Amino acid sequence: MSLVSVADLSVRYGARTVLSHVSLRIDPGEIVTIVGPNGSGKTSLLRAIIGAVKPYKGRVERGHGVKIGYVPQKLHVDETLPITVSRFLKLPGGVTASDIDQALTKAGVPDLPHAQLSQLSGGQFQRVLLARALIGKPDLLLLDEATQGLDQRGSASFYQQIETVRQNTGCAVLMISHELHVVMSASDRVICLNGHVCCEGTPAVVASAPEYRALFGTGTGGALALYRHEHDHEHDHGDQHHDHTEAAE
Amino acid sequence: MLDDFMVRAALAGIGVAIAAAPLGCFVVWRRMAYFGDATAHAAILGVALSLAFSMSIFVGTMAVALLMALTVSVLSGRGYAMDTLLGVLAHSALAFGLVAVSFISGVRIDLMAYLFGDILAVSRGDLAIIWAGATLVVALIGWRWSALLTSTLNEDLAHASGIDPKREQLVLTLALAITVAVAIKVVGVLLIAAMLIIPAAAARQLSRTPEGMAVAAGMIGMLSAIVGLRTAYVLDTPAGPSIVCVAALVFLASSVIRKFEPMR
Repeated sequence: MSLVSVADLSVRYGARTVLSHVSLRIDPGEIVTIVGPNGSGKTSLLRAIIGAVKPYKGRVERGHGVKIGYVPQKLHVDETLPITVSRFLKLPGGVTASDIDQALTKAGVPDLPHAQLSQLSGGQFQRVLLARALIGKPDLLLLDEATQGLDQRGSASFYQQIETVRQNTGCAVLMISHELHVVMSASDRVICLNGHVCCEGTPAVVASAPEYRALFGTGTGGALALYRHEHDHEHDHGDQHHDHTEAAE
Repeated sequence: MLDDFMVRAALAGIGVAIAAAPLGCFVVWRRMAYFGDATAHAAILGVALSLAFSMSIFVGTMAVALLMALTVSVLSGRGYAMDTLLGVLAHSALAFGLVAVSFISGVRIDLMAYLFGDILAVSRGDLAIIWAGATLVVALIGWRWSALLTSTLNEDLAHASGIDPKREQLVLTLALAITVAVAIKVVGVLLIAAMLIIPAAAARQLSRTPEGMAVAAGMIGMLSAIVGLRTAYVLDTPAGPSIVCVAALVFLASSVIRKFEPMR
């Protein structure tokens, strides 16, 4: 049974269509990454899944009782709002001190509960947001470019943390990422989005798909070297979509 | 005890301070200062309408304040910058209100009393309404506290937690309208925003949590009301502005404390 299924979703802002006919499913325990150029509707897709934007057409369905943890792209905490990390984590209600300790440890920042949110560094902040997403024991983690503003080392260790969390809790992960090398090494499945689903499949399949190359070029070859298989990829075309003409726009 | 006008005035001031404290914190956190101002200015139109239709001032001002706040909520993000929109609406509502008041014949009203408040003339009935309003505002914000805080931090985070930020915004709008309606007698429409913002801003320097800030703002507001009234009595100065002056001095003092203790 899927945690979330999106069926033929279209999203519009005013007259502008940002997503059309997107369908996807997230199954328990898998790590799925959405890649795509700026303005390709990645964030809109995530926001539709959490219910922040209403579908213009189509449906977003959550499995019964599926809990979602969301890590936003960035969260600006106004200087005028004093709030400690532990108070922030308590906001959903029903959270105990040991829940907070556990979540912070899982997120890799065990000693921060008394720090002020507005005083955290970028990396610490993202980890606190991860802790906040983990505290409700989610079945699905949604990450919207969660490593934006982190240096390469920081983001590598952040993704390692995600992988560890997945191993320990078994939660599925749906994330947006710009960092193709991370995507390609850490995901079970990649969805290439450009207003519609251009192609999807295992990292290897997507990396060699012509739609993906049309969007990202072959210049990223170095990062993808691991996955550039010499063999023919025809056999894996099963779950790919074919919308070549739009992808090339 | 309630026979003494100074006691009634102090109780009215304390009531307004209590309502203004948690609401004022949200006004500061969400950068709605000008929004509060606009709602308050519109209230003078409510005064005019109340007098014209001989309704209760509280009902009239609250209705207009609510209408104003809702209009701003709906219109924001539709082609005008928020401050432009508020500037247009607030000052036109104030102007129309002042013009409308001049049409009301037969009733001699002291406009100054509504612009700057007339805390020394607070009756027992006024006091009951102020405290009922303050209780309602505190209960409303207390009930929605976590949801309000979450939506203030990040709207998408709120959505993901099953909170509708638009509904929470509406709660604040309603609380703001009630506060304006009850505070008009105490500090007047021109200084309501000051009662919202200054105690909260002063409390910011002294707090580590949102709850702490709301409580500290309440303390500072009450202190300002009591000290301000006493000052007004001794120095024979206007009461409403005196209260705001005391709050401003507390803000100044807390900023100085902040300078020496930058880690808070």
